[in-house]
Amino acid sequence: MTEPLIFELSSPTRTTNYIDDGDVPARDVADLLPADALREGLELPEVTEPELVRHFTRLSQFNYSVDTGFYPLGSCTMKYNPKVHEDVASLDGLARVHPLQPEATVQGALQLMFELQEYLAEISGLHAVSLQPAAGAHGELTGVLMARAYHRHRGEDQRRIVLVPDSAHGTNPATASMAGCRVVNVKSNARGGVDLDDLRALAGAETATLMLTIPNTLGLFDENILEISDIVHHAGALLYCDGANMNAMLGQVKLGDLGCDIMHLNLHKTFSTPHGGGGPGAGPVAAAAPLAPFLPRPLAASRSTTGTVAYYLDYDRPLSIGQVRSFYGNFGVMVRAYAYIRSLGPDGLRQVSENAVLNANYLMRRLKDVYDLPYDRGCMHEFVLSGRRQKAAGVRTLDIAKRLLDYGFHPPTIYFPLIVDEALMIEPTETETRDTLDSFARALIEIAKEVVDKPELVKTAPHSTPVGRLDEVTAARHPILRWSGASERRKG
Amino acid sequence: MRYIPNTDADRAAMLEAIGTSSIDKLFADIPAHLRRPSLNLPPALSEMQLKRLMAELAARNTTTASAACFLGAGAYHHFVPSVVHHITGRSEFYTSYTPYQAEASQGTLQTIFEYQTAICQLTGMDVANASMYDGATAAAEAAILAQGVTRRRKVVVSPAIQPDYLAVLKTYTAELGSDIATNWCLDDCLREGQTDPVAAEAVLDQDTACLLVQHPNFFGALEPMDRLAAAAHRVGALLVAIVDPISLGLLKPPGAYDADVAVAEGQPLGNSLAFGGPYLGIFASKESLVRHMPGRIVGQTTDGFGRRGFVLTLQAREQHIRREKATSNICTNEALNALAALVYLSAMGKQGLHRVAELCVQKSHHAAERIAALPGYSLAFAAPFFKEFVVRCPRSAADVNAHLLKHNIVGGYDLAAIDARLADCMLLCVTEMNTREEIDCLVEALKSL
Amino acid sequence: MPEVRQQLKYTKEHEWVRPTDDTAVVGISDYAQEQLGDVVFVELPAGGTEVTQFETFGTIESVKAASDLYSPVSGTVVEVNAALKDRPELLNQSPYDEGWLVKVKLKDRRELDVLLSPTEYDTLIGSLE
Repeated sequence: MTEPLIFELSSPTRTTNYIDDGDVPARDVADLLPADALREGLELPEVTEPELVRHFTRLSQFNYSVDTGFYPLGSCTMKYNPKVHEDVASLDGLARVHPLQPEATVQGALQLMFELQEYLAEISGLHAVSLQPAAGAHGELTGVLMARAYHRHRGEDQRRIVLVPDSAHGTNPATASMAGCRVVNVKSNARGGVDLDDLRALAGAETATLMLTIPNTLGLFDENILEISDIVHHAGALLYCDGANMNAMLGQVKLGDLGCDIMHLNLHKTFSTPHGGGGPGAGPVAAAAPLAPFLPRPLAASRSTTGTVAYYLDYDRPLSIGQVRSFYGNFGVMVRAYAYIRSLGPDGLRQVSENAVLNANYLMRRLKDVYDLPYDRGCMHEFVLSGRRQKAAGVRTLDIAKRLLDYGFHPPTIYFPLIVDEALMIEPTETETRDTLDSFARALIEIAKEVVDKPELVKTAPHSTPVGRLDEVTAARHPILRWSGASERRKG
Repeated sequence: MRYIPNTDADRAAMLEAIGTSSIDKLFADIPAHLRRPSLNLPPALSEMQLKRLMAELAARNTTTASAACFLGAGAYHHFVPSVVHHITGRSEFYTSYTPYQAEASQGTLQTIFEYQTAICQLTGMDVANASMYDGATAAAEAAILAQGVTRRRKVVVSPAIQPDYLAVLKTYTAELGSDIATNWCLDDCLREGQTDPVAAEAVLDQDTACLLVQHPNFFGALEPMDRLAAAAHRVGALLVAIVDPISLGLLKPPGAYDADVAVAEGQPLGNSLAFGGPYLGIFASKESLVRHMPGRIVGQTTDGFGRRGFVLTLQAREQHIRREKATSNICTNEALNALAALVYLSAMGKQGLHRVAELCVQKSHHAAERIAALPGYSLAFAAPFFKEFVVRCPRSAADVNAHLLKHNIVGGYDLAAIDARLADCMLLCVTEMNTREEIDCLVEALKSL
Repeated sequence: MPEVRQQLKYTKEHEWVRPTDDTAVVGISDYAQEQLGDVVFVELPAGGTEVTQFETFGTIESVKAASDLYSPVSGTVVEVNAALKDRPELLNQSPYDEGWLVKVKLKDRRELDVLLSPTEYDTLIGSLE
């Protein structure tokens, strides 16, 4: 099943009339602008609305999504996205507001930002929050730049090493490089946590920060967290926490209490804003008091005059690292996260982490006899299985993942973290029923049988998707990155 | 709770299956004395209460629906056909993740491929990525790309770029040993409203990685892009063009003046103003730079039956493979905003986009001429402009804006923030959304100052 | 088992070198191409570039991996295998022959003495398996 490209549906005689005829004198543009500034010709699709709607509706149906099924993609927290959030985010008073309007005309928007900053500071147990970063990796960059600015301010410009556990997400080392730092890997111990001896040996006078994902990418909460924090701080370095896995900890522990100095949160994971097929997200950064002056500017702030509270944007932050994005961040995403926190309240947020962790442990229990569990201990919101037993039988984790699509499930994250051979990283989230978890477990158990009985069926999966397994090698060797039919047609 | 289906009975059965007595025990790895801290947050709301609360917050903002808006300066009020939100509002698009499993993500992958194509058509560039966070971060990443490709450190920036772009560029390059040259023709620029190509030739040298120019620039004026491109290329530097995608309905595209990288704020293409985001960073380049590009790229291929399909490709550039040697750390980008841009461009078509651009030129020139004819007002610059222009006012721009607001008009961007010499200047923006009646009201209100 | 060709010298990073009079041909080993999987792109220096022993001179990419290439010898690049641009698969199909990377004019033949012999390299990859 394939769908033509929108360009292939185009016909030069089709026009639309979304735009007015115009109510000012229709002067010739050639009289207003220099001729050499104007373009010759423009190729864009020419379709009418019915064809356009069918095209994109059919394409949407080629997608797997949270609204169509279980999406246990580890580390991504693909939970249900409440519909009311979409409605409130599209209110005129929130969607049709220009970012540079006078402060008096945007008090509602500024209040929302101010309160969201306060809520996230409370949840993380840290002092202040910037909402500006547009994604998790963007928050990481913000955080490491803040760490660098902090050390430089204290006369310790030599701190340019970022320690990263070998289980870390690839954005951590990539971020460190973008912030002009050198990456040094820290080993994991046999229980899946940070190897304390290795950390002690590595942390020193040139260390800027340890970037630690909590719970880590194995879904494990490091039992030595307080000791890790001590080692890092004793070396004069900072503890940066990657909050991608905050869904496990909402209301259970505040990272500030664990000694975290800077962290980012992923609103599109923990706070249920939809992922949009790859964004928009938001990666707010929270900082402990000594680091707060280095947060990006502006922050939303409030002042009280003659009994009424007024909100404003505070640019007067001389130690700030500056701006990491235009304006104030992905406001539309903030609106949804704000609505989520208000809907749930403190008890609701605690129930999120409790049920997320319960669901993960339940699913792990159901699967650990059939797939290897390299770190056999209680998990948090996700767990990592290994397909090495199946690989020994000649079927790879990639094949198992593709076969899951035939059972109607989105596969888990695979081949990550890198320290687990043939990894399957499974995060069920709190918004799934026990029945869903059971049927997913049954599917994976059934596939494990197929690996033995009908390996070819698994190795050639998926069989039920709009297209079969795609040739990624040719795609990368001879890249076709845009449709070029128009130019070919012209040449012809 | 509305979004958690487990019942007490479910929880009991699941705990039994796990072999533990309470949910609390599942959190045993967290230091006990720090467990379950107090959470000082407002209590839970029903959906009814939530909607009332959000409506109250929304009501405290002036909107482009409740007032006439002549503000641009990096975010623009353009028409969005209803069909755009109906497509981006399909939950198969907005509740899916990044398309890692290609067979289950052909919808997202094909729309990104179509988006890349539409951006190439619009900009005249060879290749485009799947999107960046916004125009400012796209420009900063373009400068970093240029530094990597040329192995040079100096970035020459036109003084007439949107101030957030310069601010973000400085933050992004703060730790990379960069030399950012700006304000090198500021006096000229404040006099003419344009970047001086002769001054550009003087500042560009063998250490220069790239020249960043915005066209139309922050003051709304067109820049001499052919000459600036030639000046950059003469010293082996790249030209990074920052463009307004709507203007490309009329203006020569970056590919036609030999830009090496074209970036843009894609918000005007079908995305709401939304108080500053989510927006869309457009990033396109010459083919020779594709393996240095940041961000995701989709390519066409086939399956085992020869059917056309789409995959994320050239991934060896990216953080999950190359880690500390990646071209950027970006992963989540602005896919849904890119989809909005694609649907917008498809719905408008070439005639529709041309028409929008033409209306911007006609309406802005109509407004500019009427304002310039008022006593005490004049246009600050003689340079040709697209949809924004700078007006010199009889009083400070802040005073003028306060006066306009009383007439329910959101005035222009106060340029006092840019330079003291512009304290009585404002940057006005007129698009197809501003009716003749609104323009009349603006002129009358300015007159009554 | 991957082939370890005789008459060549190897690096620990899996490059091989075949010296002739004053030049040497450089490539990657059969073991290296097996580990990388389907090679999709090779970035090589232009002719005339100076390379230094054990320093990077290019990169090699497969769909799921990217690796730096380390030069086994110091000298000047005199020829680049142009066929790899359109057919990177030659690195998988024929790593010791058609899939060679660059020819280098040697700066110091004594550098060859510190490289691994085929036997030593065979032992190395045996220990990695």
